[in-house]
Amino acid sequence: MKHIKTLTTRDLKQSMKKGGCGECQTSCQSACKTSCTVGNQSCESQK
Amino acid sequence: MVHQYINNGYHIVLDVNSGSVHVVDEMVYELIAFLKEEKQNDSKIDEETITKAVSHFQGTYAESDVREALEELNGLIEAGQLFTEDVYEPYVKEFKKRETVVKALCLHIAHDCNLACKYCFAEEGEYHGRRALMSFEVGKKALDFLIANSGSRRNLEVDFFGGEPLMNFEVVKQLVAYGREQEKIHNKNFRFTLTTNGVLLNDDILEFLNKEMANVVLSIDGREEVNNKMRPFRNGKGSYELIVPKFQKVAESRKQTNYYVRGTFTRNNLDFSEDVLHLADLGFEQISVEPVVAAETEDYALREEDIPVICEQYDKLAKEMVKRSKEGKCFNFFHFMIDLQGGPCVAKRISGCGSGTEYLAVTPWGDFYPCHQFVGEEKFLLGNVDTGIVNTDIVETFKGCNVYAKDKCKNCFSKFYCSGGCAANSYNFHGSINDVYEVGCELQRKRVECAIMIKAALAEEEA
Repeated sequence: MKHIKTLTTRDLKQSMKKGGCGECQTSCQSACKTSCTVGNQSCESQK
Repeated sequence: MVHQYINNGYHIVLDVNSGSVHVVDEMVYELIAFLKEEKQNDSKIDEETITKAVSHFQGTYAESDVREALEELNGLIEAGQLFTEDVYEPYVKEFKKRETVVKALCLHIAHDCNLACKYCFAEEGEYHGRRALMSFEVGKKALDFLIANSGSRRNLEVDFFGGEPLMNFEVVKQLVAYGREQEKIHNKNFRFTLTTNGVLLNDDILEFLNKEMANVVLSIDGREEVNNKMRPFRNGKGSYELIVPKFQKVAESRKQTNYYVRGTFTRNNLDFSEDVLHLADLGFEQISVEPVVAAETEDYALREEDIPVICEQYDKLAKEMVKRSKEGKCFNFFHFMIDLQGGPCVAKRISGCGSGTEYLAVTPWGDFYPCHQFVGEEKFLLGNVDTGIVNTDIVETFKGCNVYAKDKCKNCFSKFYCSGGCAANSYNFHGSINDVYEVGCELQRKRVECAIMIKAALAEEEA
């Protein structure tokens, strides 16, 4: 495309189909302990 | 929902519901703003709207360019990457009904500390209570509880937290040994982590941490004077000089991965980007410096009026990170990390942090709380390692906590990145876990914008 560059992202709607396995890291176990950040986490089943 | 913003010269369009990110030229940026007013649903841009757009931008952009851009936008709409609708509310309701398992524990291995950090929510390790160390027996029962309540979940997380965990290092070692023995029997995989202020770190401890800990969090605030002001010993002496060389050794021995130097910024250092860069200049590549959360009555607490200054600092830091990355001197800043391709599924993004259901904190004497920040708040006491969870009403309240349970999240573009924010912050500022901590939200939105800008800049570099 000439005017738009789309970054590669995970399709959230599609992720409903196979999502929710729960194997991913708990939000607060990384570094934060004072906020809630999930966007930075990785999906265990996509690894 | 479509969110658009300009950062560091990049025109960025975020299609919130699909998670798509588009870097666009100025004309498309303006066209999208126009379409946001005109369009009501996720259907393609029709001829009538195209005609309106052409007439609206007459004299600014050539008709052929406008038509070409709208065609590109229609391609995105067709691909489900623009103006998509939010279809997740019924899904989360069903998802939240599922039987949850416990997958992570925060073990308060020591309610005691050898530092006297001024902003400590644990009140120098004591959490509104008494000084205490967890016994092996209590810790063992906690691990048994985790295994027994984890269902088919294989990866179990246990964080050794405090106070200062190394003040009870023998028990940490015993519990890790016990966990390693039990994981084989029950087909589980323990991921142990530990947070430390570094005071007691030595070579023997480091060897153990490197063998057993999936991640270590090393507490340091940044520049010497900043760190020493808020992180002194009980006698008032600063901790910087003692901990920096130890932390550098940890970082190198872990090959610059699976650790964070983790600081807190306060009203005393609103120029905190300097602290982040100071840590980077000390050779650390995994850095987290996070806003203090404190009662408004504290002089170091962040105030609403500080938000613009803090946002400027995030912008400054993001720009510098792009620059350093291009020079091959990159480092990770935890709050700017965003996994666009391999990030969590939408179920995870909308269902909250899991406190009170999947994640529990355990006090030295074996009491369960929804998370480390609720420890000592008696109304949130859930049970203990002997009785298990008995206060099921509280668990149900936490189970209902999600993005759609919070009115203030509904129209926020960042909701799928923060999952509705921290329940403890919401409770501390509004007395309810289903509200939000507004200062935290403002900063979260800024960080998401910066994080995506960095991705856009690096993608441009790769192209």
